[in-house]
Amino acid sequence: MIRDNSETILSVKGLIASIDETPILKGMNLEIKAGEIHAIMGPNGSGKSTFSKVLAGHPDYEVTGGEVSYLGQNLLELEPEDRSRSGVFLAFQYPLEIPGVSNLDFLRVAYNSKRKFAGLEELDPFDFDDLVEQKLEVVKMDAAFLNRSVNEGFSGGEKKRNEILQMAILEPKLAILDETDSGLDIDALRIVAGGVNQLSTPDNAMLVITHYQRLLDYIIPDYVHVMANGRILRTGGKELALELEERGYDWVLEAEAVAS
Amino acid sequence: MSTSVKSLVNQPYKYGFVTDIESDTIPAGLSEDVIRLISAKKNEPEFMLEFRLKAYRQWLKMEEPNWAEVGYPPIDYQNIVYYSAPKVTEKKKSLDEVDPTLLETFEKLGIPLSEQKRLSNVAVDAIFDSVSVATTFKEKLAEHGVIFCPISEALQEYPDLVQKYLGSVVPVADNYFAALNSAVFSDGSFVFIPKGVKCPMELSTYFRINNGESGQFERTLIVAEEGSQVSYLEGCTAPMYDSNQLHAAVVELVALDDAEIKYSTVQNWYAGDAEGKGGIYNFVTKRGLCQGKNSKISWTQVETGSAITWKYPSCVLVGDNSVGEFYSVALTNNRQQADTGTKMVHIGRNTRSTIVSKGISAGQSENSYRGLVKIGPKAEGARNYSQCDSMLIGDNAGANTFPYIQVQNNSAKVEHEASTSKIGEDQLFYFAQRGISMEDAIAMMISGFCRDVFNQLPMEFAVEADKLLALKLEGSVG
Ligand SMILES: Nc1ncnc2c1ncn2[C@@H]1O[C@H](COP(=O)(O)OP(=O)(O)OP(=O)(O)O)[C@@H](O)[C@H]1O
Ligand SMILES: [Mg+2]
Repeated sequence: MIRDNSETILSVKGLIASIDETPILKGMNLEIKAGEIHAIMGPNGSGKSTFSKVLAGHPDYEVTGGEVSYLGQNLLELEPEDRSRSGVFLAFQYPLEIPGVSNLDFLRVAYNSKRKFAGLEELDPFDFDDLVEQKLEVVKMDAAFLNRSVNEGFSGGEKKRNEILQMAILEPKLAILDETDSGLDIDALRIVAGGVNQLSTPDNAMLVITHYQRLLDYIIPDYVHVMANGRILRTGGKELALELEERGYDWVLEAEAVAS
Repeated sequence: MSTSVKSLVNQPYKYGFVTDIESDTIPAGLSEDVIRLISAKKNEPEFMLEFRLKAYRQWLKMEEPNWAEVGYPPIDYQNIVYYSAPKVTEKKKSLDEVDPTLLETFEKLGIPLSEQKRLSNVAVDAIFDSVSVATTFKEKLAEHGVIFCPISEALQEYPDLVQKYLGSVVPVADNYFAALNSAVFSDGSFVFIPKGVKCPMELSTYFRINNGESGQFERTLIVAEEGSQVSYLEGCTAPMYDSNQLHAAVVELVALDDAEIKYSTVQNWYAGDAEGKGGIYNFVTKRGLCQGKNSKISWTQVETGSAITWKYPSCVLVGDNSVGEFYSVALTNNRQQADTGTKMVHIGRNTRSTIVSKGISAGQSENSYRGLVKIGPKAEGARNYSQCDSMLIGDNAGANTFPYIQVQNNSAKVEHEASTSKIGEDQLFYFAQRGISMEDAIAMMISGFCRDVFNQLPMEFAVEADKLLALKLEGSVG
């Protein structure tokens, strides 16, 4: 779906970030255009989730260098809630449980916050119910989950599916999926991937973090990046993922060591 | 916690204004003469003066309690004004005669008293400093035989009823603050629901402290005769002053056979500023007596204000099969201290009690729950269920739970559950990532946390309580 003249959604240049004085991101570069799907793979602890949380504005991380532009504006200047309202969505690797807050209320308040931000009128609860009903279809989720507290007591796979339900409702411009495939059974993987594909349009973009090729059988990436030690070491097409699956990461790390 | 979380600004206390009104105030200080003066000003029957003097003499012999969990500088009882009333020349026949400044004050507080605007289906008794200024819907209530009036008026018109029940639940020397109240109380509400009557509307009293030096000592007495039912709500606010003001009320409830009393409080006294300067000291004795069989008393409270709160609404379950309930949300922020809870005293057979307590502490506040469940030797088959949940907001707030259980009957069952949770930064980030502001996130989590209690409030006030908590917590995360 790559068009050369597509608008640039995300441009990350030399991003450096740390937590508790420990540097984690050490010069990230990434360019994402509308209609593209990017995959990031890499060893545990390489900084993939950190990167996603820094983009979303998690207050624990301190950005000490580099720049991030999102749709032409400085993303790092925006409050986390405004990043979300402007279309940045993060499907969490570990979605949080929110006891006492119903999933439906949570979805409605989130949806209406975004509408208010865009200068649109809030949707009343009845119209919103209709919308949610349609979106449940996308991830084939049972309506019973709407009345439960957000993620409370959900199984690992149900939490992941709930993340994609939220994404379906918020219709992000840039969706970052952090290991959405982990914890999903075989059927759920197919359903969730199908949902993500339905949500992919020429106007938005996806950044998919995963350890496994099998997700990329369903969500076919335009680019695959290998991340290690806080940086992207190699970028290739979808075949790179297959190669990694076969050979592991060592050869990429060694090649990098030789080069530098 | 991060600075972004800390930086939410505190919502100022919006009821902190002072009404400029001429009042009849006696000089500060307490003595037998002062008590005689109060009683004379109110033209009270002789028994009332005796009651007061007896209380005062006992009080002199008592020592101010000293609790482990709340700390405050000593109170100078000679520096308090024990009587302050808006100046009135004669008794008001209708609201049209009430000083418009006072009506405005209550209007500003969201308690409209005028005929056109009053809350539908809620009768309100408005108490300004220590004196009742207006009671709405009196005639409609009278049609059902319900008495709802200032206790000072009840002393004139129904002295026998008052004499019969006053002090029957909280004796004059029950505790230091109750004794003080018995000696000097100036007004409060009196409710009497006759046999078999279901009170046709919510009854509500609204307390307003205006005078800077005055203590407020109200006395509330509610009597529900056989088979009757009533739901009563108390609300309160005060202006902001630098110095602390003392509030020591006494509430007595009496439920006869098959009667039901539901008493709800939404307390929003001024809590002092962020550094702990000023605010109300709220030392209150509230007790309900389930005297008759199958009677029921239910306390629901939402405590958000006061610099210091010391309060244990209790139920004494004398009648067989009687039921006591306590539903509470206590919120503390900044330097507030709350030591609150309940006492359930089971005396009759098959008596049951339920305690649901939700404590929310933010800022550097301390919130303690103290609950006593006592099962007497004759309370065959008595049951109690207690649930105490605490929620901490930020890293500097504290919560304590002190359950005291005394069981003297083997057939009794007592269950206690407790939990502590914390609104974490990661949860707030999850909300933020979905575009939900921190204020909304906290409001949603708190309202979920308190749902079991809010569900017990009369409809009109549940929404208010929800909003009040959200308001109180703005800027509290840090
Ligand atoms: N508070 C902290 N102090 C120091 N190091 C931290 C802190 N929090 C996270 N880290 C480290 O940051 C590194 C990057 O973590 P991150 O979660 O981004 O990795 P990841 O690539 O997503 O790994 P995985 O594939 O296991 O999900 C890890 O080594 C982690 O231990
Ligand atoms: Mg990760």
